[in-house]
Amino acid sequence: MDSFCGHCGNPLAEGDHAVCQQHLTLEPPRYCRECRRRLVVQVIPGEWTARCVEHGETRASTWTS
Amino acid sequence: MTLSAEAPSTKAAILDVAREQVLERGERLTEEQVLQVLQTSDDQLEALLALAHEVRMKWCGPEVEVEGIVSLKTGGCPEDCHFCSQSGQFTSPVRSVWLNIPELVKAAEQTRATGASEFCIVAAVRGPDQRLMDQMREGVKAIHEAVDIQVAASLGMLSQEQVDDLVDMGVHRYNHNLEAARSYFPQVVTTHSWEERWDTCLMVKESGMELCCGGLVGMGETVEQRAELAAQLGSLEPHEVPLNFLNPRPGTPFGDLPLMDSKDALRTIAAFRLALPRTILRYAGGRELTLGDLGTREGLLGGINAVIVGNYLTTLGRDPKEDLALLDDLQMPIKALNATL
Repeated sequence: MDSFCGHCGNPLAEGDHAVCQQHLTLEPPRYCRECRRRLVVQVIPGEWTARCVEHGETRASTWTS
Repeated sequence: MTLSAEAPSTKAAILDVAREQVLERGERLTEEQVLQVLQTSDDQLEALLALAHEVRMKWCGPEVEVEGIVSLKTGGCPEDCHFCSQSGQFTSPVRSVWLNIPELVKAAEQTRATGASEFCIVAAVRGPDQRLMDQMREGVKAIHEAVDIQVAASLGMLSQEQVDDLVDMGVHRYNHNLEAARSYFPQVVTTHSWEERWDTCLMVKESGMELCCGGLVGMGETVEQRAELAAQLGSLEPHEVPLNFLNPRPGTPFGDLPLMDSKDALRTIAAFRLALPRTILRYAGGRELTLGDLGTREGLLGGINAVIVGNYLTTLGRDPKEDLALLDDLQMPIKALNATL
């Protein structure tokens, strides 16, 4: 279950993260949503990967097929 | 002094002057003239964009150069470029990481699949060390073996030996932006000088590689400094000018600056085209936020003749299908590989 905002890293239960969600349409997440650790992020033209040392890697395509 | 004697230099007349000087004769605008263009009113914007488009079509043609970019070495940069999330001096959430060779080749393949002719490898460094140069040599070789695409590089400030090595690797274009006008640069970067950037640009030009050199606007500079940057780029005569609009990044000194006004951004595009009539003028970072879909279209009809497709170095771009559909709609063919604009 997500506890933290992937954009700002703050708890989702605190404050409004609507603007953060807008940012995340044009940015990969920078914080692990489970533990708030900073992610190791790599962006290539058609996808991004974000790796948390504790919770593993997320990979997402940014292109429609 | 009569009014008519003043007329050629008034704001109202600058578009007429530009039509004769740039469109007809192909001579770029001076810094003072670029400033007059940047000071034109919103009422004149449509006419200004139309003129810039005519200039682009006459001196460059209808083709659009499509490029993809990728970060080979992300974050941890020792420099303090105030707009950049990859500086190690700021509290940016971007972490340091290297891309491996298989992922680099995959990035080039994704780029080529869009029809792009250019693929630029970028590293967040002051200048390349031996490890980075070795990684570049291996990466460029792997790309050339697997993908039919021209490889460009952006690795910061270079020595003459490094310039020669990149030429030997088969890198055909090198990006090194001035970033800002000389007079504003100290407010943007303090860890190196504008003159150091200029010197690398000159070395690249003399090497036979094509020079790609542009900058960012919307960083708090004055319109006078925007005109100064355009004129300085004009005197450098790069093969390509990438034009970035500040995307304020969290944790950077410019992180709280507002987005640039979209009309000012479009005026800047047109002004840069009139200052650089024969140059490839590329949409680089920030267009999605500053211009949106409608503004992106207006810019392509206002002097832009090159785009970056897909994602950027640390942020995401539009789906390439949207950009390619827009180019098709505008009847602007994608520049073929090895063709010269």
